[in-house]
Amino acid sequence: MKSCLIVDDSKVIRKVARHILEMMQFEVAEAADGKEALDHVAQATPDVILLDWNMPIMSGMDFLRAYRSTVEVPLAKVIFCTTENGIGHIQAAIDAGADEYVMKPFDRETLESKLQIVGCI
Amino acid sequence: MSIAEARAYNTLSEALEKHTGQTVPANRHWRIDMALKPLMRRNSVPDLQTLAALIEIDADPKLTRACVEAMVNNETSFFRDQPNFALLTGPVLDNIRDLRMDKKRLRIWSAACSTGQEAYSLAIAIAENAEKWRGWTVQILGTDVSASALAQAREGRYSQFEIQRGLPVMQMLRHFEQQGEEWVAKDSIRKMVTFTEHNMLTPVRHFGRFDVILCRNMLMYLSDEKRTHVLESIAPSLEDGGLLMLGAAETVIGQTQKFRASKEFRGFYETSQQQENAQVAKLSLTG
Repeated sequence: MKSCLIVDDSKVIRKVARHILEMMQFEVAEAADGKEALDHVAQATPDVILLDWNMPIMSGMDFLRAYRSTVEVPLAKVIFCTTENGIGHIQAAIDAGADEYVMKPFDRETLESKLQIVGCI
Repeated sequence: MSIAEARAYNTLSEALEKHTGQTVPANRHWRIDMALKPLMRRNSVPDLQTLAALIEIDADPKLTRACVEAMVNNETSFFRDQPNFALLTGPVLDNIRDLRMDKKRLRIWSAACSTGQEAYSLAIAIAENAEKWRGWTVQILGTDVSASALAQAREGRYSQFEIQRGLPVMQMLRHFEQQGEEWVAKDSIRKMVTFTEHNMLTPVRHFGRFDVILCRNMLMYLSDEKRTHVLESIAPSLEDGGLLMLGAAETVIGQTQKFRASKEFRGFYETSQQQENAQVAKLSLTG
């Protein structure tokens, strides 16, 4: 079974994404900000991380930079999933090491296709 | 559902079948309702029964056409059915390239292309392998029965929702420009693709012959008789050595003798004539 860590400060988004991912047979964990996500990946490496941009305590971008600079643990695929839909943000996320980018709002087909692109299904 | 409502659904689904061949089974009549609501609002038509009555007598041919177009299933996405599409843009096109090395011309027909994502996916795949196709003339034709879908395809303009379905983000950044909330195909891929209106139930126009014909996820909405008709009418448009690609849930088996499954490429079909020619050539070599 593949695993996904959803990192988003919105309970509603986490709930919707969890529902979609569980329908696709993913094992799902949740974090409400980048700091919680770093704590999680220190314990277990998911196959993929679904990452929001704007979050309190630690943003998605700060998490990604910190995570990508970690070399001693296997690295998961990272899919940004955010309302920051401008080309500048998308390019910055890719430059920081994101593997894919989902612009909110999204549906099951979109998420499924992005998971397929990064090789997680 | 009242008798009057059931009659209205039948009238509308019959109009769709008459103009496009597409059928809507009774258990999917809700699709008609959903598809026609915006059109009814725009034209101040109070309910489905009134609309059906107007369509039945063809009171306004423009309204009939708009109604049919709204009901056509335009579901599509970039690089749809990724594994099959990867087979097409990898081994299948490599094989065609070897066959056409003398003329260096590649022609692909995206039949029933809807809003154009399939045609642009082909253009992107070729553009991403520019070195391999340098010096080649590449022509991608997209055809569809829906004028409104084709208008969008020609513009190459996609909503945020459409652009991210199946399209890897790096390719989106390389081949599309953001304009407000929409994404527009760059000229470099638009110039590889042309679009024209064509109903697959009518005789194939003088499009010439193609190395690959994609006719995916359209036959599944047609009756058996119409599937056979479409397959047999496109067979002469395939070049020698060319291949037909159908949707993952579609086949020629039981539909026509004009095509046979490719022995080399799963999910692709060649004309029976080609297979016979290949067998004769093999026999004459070994005999």
